[in-house]
Amino acid sequence: MTSVDSDGSGAATVAQVLETRGEQVAQQWADLPLFRNVYTTGRDAAVAAAHRLVQVLAEVARHERLDDTSAPGFERVRPHLAQMVTGRTRSGATLQQITAEVADLKRPVLEIVAREPGGADGAVPLATVELMGTLRVVVMEIALSEGAEIIDRQRQQLLELSTPVIKLWDRVVAVPLIGTLDSARTQVVMETLLQAIVDQNADMAILDITGVPMVDTVVAQYLLKTAMAVRLMGAECVISGIRPQIAQTIVQLGIDLGDISTRATLADALGWALEKAGVSVVVGQG
Amino acid sequence: MTADAGAGRVSVLRMGEILIAAIQQELTDESALALQSDLTEMAAAGARGVVIEISGVEIVDSFLARVLSEIAAATNMLAGRTVVAGMRPSVAITLVEMGLSLRGLETARSLEDAMALFQGQAGR
Repeated sequence: MTSVDSDGSGAATVAQVLETRGEQVAQQWADLPLFRNVYTTGRDAAVAAAHRLVQVLAEVARHERLDDTSAPGFERVRPHLAQMVTGRTRSGATLQQITAEVADLKRPVLEIVAREPGGADGAVPLATVELMGTLRVVVMEIALSEGAEIIDRQRQQLLELSTPVIKLWDRVVAVPLIGTLDSARTQVVMETLLQAIVDQNADMAILDITGVPMVDTVVAQYLLKTAMAVRLMGAECVISGIRPQIAQTIVQLGIDLGDISTRATLADALGWALEKAGVSVVVGQG
Repeated sequence: MTADAGAGRVSVLRMGEILIAAIQQELTDESALALQSDLTEMAAAGARGVVIEISGVEIVDSFLARVLSEIAAATNMLAGRTVVAGMRPSVAITLVEMGLSLRGLETARSLEDAMALFQGQAGR
């Protein structure tokens, strides 16, 4: 290492210390909340994980890429770090707590570095702080991308969960809509409903909006579109579950539901469908 | 000219007073126009109703949608009643997204259901 750059020589010293005193650092890290809370099965696993991280940091320092979050070393431990972050998130830790715990890793390293020959030199502690700061940013990046992945997965699950098509009677299907409608959900509802009409050979479809908290012009537009598509398929569509407030809102907004029939409750809509199908319900005697 | 159109031409069948056009493959612009003139001519010759069965059509563009609604409007005027039967979900979604609701046009789930509509009318 002939570099005269103070940053560079600092990095070299840090790399050397982390390589020779790696075990010591790992032992101390294993007792800190970050490792203790993730590796609950035993201290050995925590030490091994900590040691792996120390080795990676040493490698990053050796290549003098202290402030490079995309250094090849970090790529290697990314899965392990992701595992730790997910573990902490599952047990209820916030992003703030996790980064604070990562920041706690800095103190033991600084203490160990300071005891080494030449470790008190201004450039070395600075390099150590920089390296640990980079680790913190890497953990933060991982935590954020994990969060985005979870949100994506849950959104997809929600879409699938929220659109069951129920067969109520021979050739009568119903979709109970729950929650706010947006264009993505409307698309899924429309597709599943039309497919169900084909599969069940249904000629009556009931859109039940009891669980839709609010109907504005946009939502009404979505409902109209769905009803029209059903009509084009050759089936009839009725919208049920319109609460008094929603009826008032629709009227006040001046929304024209056109020739789509509406009923107050799902029961009324089923009655309408049965009547259309020529089925009469008789209460049994005794 | 007629020889060219022969390949993709949709045949129109007469069943009593009802005309049936079963479109079993993707409709080209030419064959759609040919169908339009065939149907209107036959409807003018005397028919009580027209059924257009489109279960074979998977792709609809704005031109085809317009021709379909024009055929329906014209035959409605001449024959009295036009039913479009067997529309696929994807086609229905496309038409709705294009803002075409084919108003004034009757629809049925299948050819069978469409024929039942006419029989119901005859029985009355």
